[in-house]
Amino acid sequence: MSNGKVTNILIVGVGGQGTILASRILSYLALEDGHDVKVSEIHGMAQRGGSVVTQVRMGEKVYSPLISEGQADVILAFERLEALRWIHFLKKEGTIIINDQAIDPVPVIMGVQEYPDGIVERIKEKVPDTIAVNAMQIATDCGNAKASNVVLMGVLARKMGFDKEKCIRALEAKVPAKFLELNKNAFEKGWSVDL
Amino acid sequence: MKELLTGNEAIARGAYEFGVRVAAAYPGTPSTEILENLVSYPGVYAQWSPNEKVALEVGAGAAIGGARTLVTMKHVGVNVAADPLFTLSYTGVNAGLVLVSADDPGMHSSQNEQDNRNYARFAKIPVLEPSNSQEAKDMVGLGLEISEQFDTPVMLRTTTRVNHSQSFVEIGERSGDDVKPYVKDPRKYVMVPAHARGRHVVVEERRAKLAEYAESCPASRIEWGDRKIGIIASGIIYEYIKEVVPGASVLKLGMTFPLPEKLIREFAAQVDELYVIEELEPFLEDQVRLMGIEVRGKQLFSRIGEVNQRMIAEKILSVTGHRDLVNESILAAGVPEEKEIQVPVRPPVMCPGCPHRGVFYTLSQLKMTVTGDIGCYTLGALPPLEAMDTCICMGASVGAALGMEKAHPEMHGKVVAVIGDSTFMHSGITGLLDVAYNKGATTTVILDNSTTAMTGHQDHPATGRTLSKEVTNQVDLVGLVKALGINRVQVVDAFDLENLKKILSEEAAADEPSVIIVRRPCALLVKEKTVPYTIDENCINCKKCMKLGCPALSARGDAVVVNTALCTGCGLCSQLCPSGALKKEGAGNE
Ligand SMILES: Cc1ncc(C[n+]2csc(CCOP(=O)(O)OP(=O)(O)O)c2C)c(N)n1
Ligand code: SF4
Ligand code: SF4
Repeated sequence: MSNGKVTNILIVGVGGQGTILASRILSYLALEDGHDVKVSEIHGMAQRGGSVVTQVRMGEKVYSPLISEGQADVILAFERLEALRWIHFLKKEGTIIINDQAIDPVPVIMGVQEYPDGIVERIKEKVPDTIAVNAMQIATDCGNAKASNVVLMGVLARKMGFDKEKCIRALEAKVPAKFLELNKNAFEKGWSVDL
Repeated sequence: MKELLTGNEAIARGAYEFGVRVAAAYPGTPSTEILENLVSYPGVYAQWSPNEKVALEVGAGAAIGGARTLVTMKHVGVNVAADPLFTLSYTGVNAGLVLVSADDPGMHSSQNEQDNRNYARFAKIPVLEPSNSQEAKDMVGLGLEISEQFDTPVMLRTTTRVNHSQSFVEIGERSGDDVKPYVKDPRKYVMVPAHARGRHVVVEERRAKLAEYAESCPASRIEWGDRKIGIIASGIIYEYIKEVVPGASVLKLGMTFPLPEKLIREFAAQVDELYVIEELEPFLEDQVRLMGIEVRGKQLFSRIGEVNQRMIAEKILSVTGHRDLVNESILAAGVPEEKEIQVPVRPPVMCPGCPHRGVFYTLSQLKMTVTGDIGCYTLGALPPLEAMDTCICMGASVGAALGMEKAHPEMHGKVVAVIGDSTFMHSGITGLLDVAYNKGATTTVILDNSTTAMTGHQDHPATGRTLSKEVTNQVDLVGLVKALGINRVQVVDAFDLENLKKILSEEAAADEPSVIIVRRPCALLVKEKTVPYTIDENCINCKKCMKLGCPALSARGDAVVVNTALCTGCGLCSQLCPSGALKKEGAGNE
């Protein structure tokens, strides 16, 4: 994070995927580093399996809690289709981290629309800095598929150059003690994914 | 100490720090979390009321009684509470009362996007608009002070972006929570015409005094920058402006009614181009124009939806001669939007195992005309169920069914009102009373899922628990409905499709009004582990089960599959399967 500049991170996914933990950890890290931070989350109908978006902005001084189109430095997408839906929020030279998982939206379940093939390849054509990981698989190997969000956090933290020790402290502060070991492990696996 | 808080957490914190003793609300996005947070602070009594009107009346009593009070609601809640609000403006308060109106430009979770600043002007009460969490907290304190100093209720008007965004807040101590004595004063508090005539004079005098106060209100200020561009703004828009037009002069208004006329004139006189940027109605703009000041506002910005940073940059650049003051980087093109392939939409859906699903499936099978209401069950209006004809406001379903029946007597037996349990408590009871009183013959279905699910699972009078989770008197729905004059009342299991169909057909056909209470807790409240269903080789691919719109069933490719991670085992799909292919997991090969 360079001085005076605001770093914009857009976290997108589907209701129930645990996107909120990622924003909690990010704001904890920003706070530790003495940065200003603003986070925006829209609740409501989105809780029922709709698209969810969390916006995190950090820097010396942050005014708006919202990220404009084309302004995100990083998009962390918890699901392929959501990555594609929000791709135009990414800066030209931005980074996108995609959880290579598909969750069918209702029109697809009903068979009235098709879930597009080759989303990751499509995004790679547009964005050279695309990182696709199967976080669900990695989390399952760690013992619980629900830790996918922390695996992704590990990938993001390394990519963004956060201090690993601080990240672990953030986890200790933000996840319930009984899941801490699992989450530390998941974070570690995410951190060591090839970038 | 600083903490990162949402606007709602900050308002709750503010209520605590500034000595609020009593708080009342009915849930509604984006306001709900204020009371959910406030209830855990010591020394504050906080409650859910059955609706916003009652919440404000409880607040009125508490404030007249002498305790600092907070009442919160979403924007449309103020419609419900408007009656007490307009006369509370006449009586005034004793201890401070702040009414939070959480508006929702863009309708993230609402049925309209009314601009409630108009209520402040209409009811002649001051309104404050915070831009971030720190201001949200501070303005609770300021609002209480203004309320006491000028003897008026004060509106704190937020928007979704302020309620649901987190920013840093300086944490302080609690003070000012002594309860004042209550002093009987019928000329002030008993609004019969003779007294109210006198109070209206007081209200008009108060308005003039508040306008004078507005000139030096600490929440409003001029931030001089380059005087070529001057922008008047309030709320979240102020934050956008600081980012998009960082060099411009800004008149930031924390109090937006009454307006500081002198301050506005001073500002307007010293800038070359004057803009008012605001979401929804030209509330500030119209008043500035009435002062005879030329200003650009709604000619550039729509009355519809939210304003964002890009829009501000684009609109100002479209007219200004001073491009250098606009941060054009906000318009830099990013990665192009995906246009070549269609990205399927992801609308919200009823959860797997939702107790509302079977009711709407049955209603669609019976081809009923359904006057609907607001809650999770409004999703029954969407494909594939599509079993709802109207949704207007909370409680409207019951009256609308009666009206439809009176307009079209031949539709008897085909019109059904559907309403959730929390909504029935909120404003359905009086509608049903009307049906009984005026000899309607409609059927009302009450969807009793033991919660207010839509807004995040709050308790209400029919759940038997309070905001603080204490056990309390629980409304007996059957007894209540009977007492209103409805003789035909049935209680049905939400997961028994055959019985649902039978009872719905019978009750709709009856010549007198009826109520069907459909029971099952919201799937998200059920904690016991359930056994999912699976599909076996007997599936003939008829896709009858797919008509339920359950997200745990998918018909991707040819075959129907059950996502066992999502399935709650409600069994609706197996009741529709003609070949017995859907079975509880583990029951397959017996
Ligand atoms: C006047 C008003 N107050 C609050 C709301 C917000 N709101 C929408 S639906 C709802 C209640 C839903 O509860 P219920 O009727 O039990 O249905 P459920 O969501 O549980 O299915 C609330 C509080 C509103 N739309 N209008
Ligand atoms: S939250 Fe409850 S009531 Fe709402 S859709 Fe889900 S199961 Fe149904
Ligand atoms: S039993 Fe059938 S309808 Fe019920 S949740 Fe499972 S898949 Fe959906």
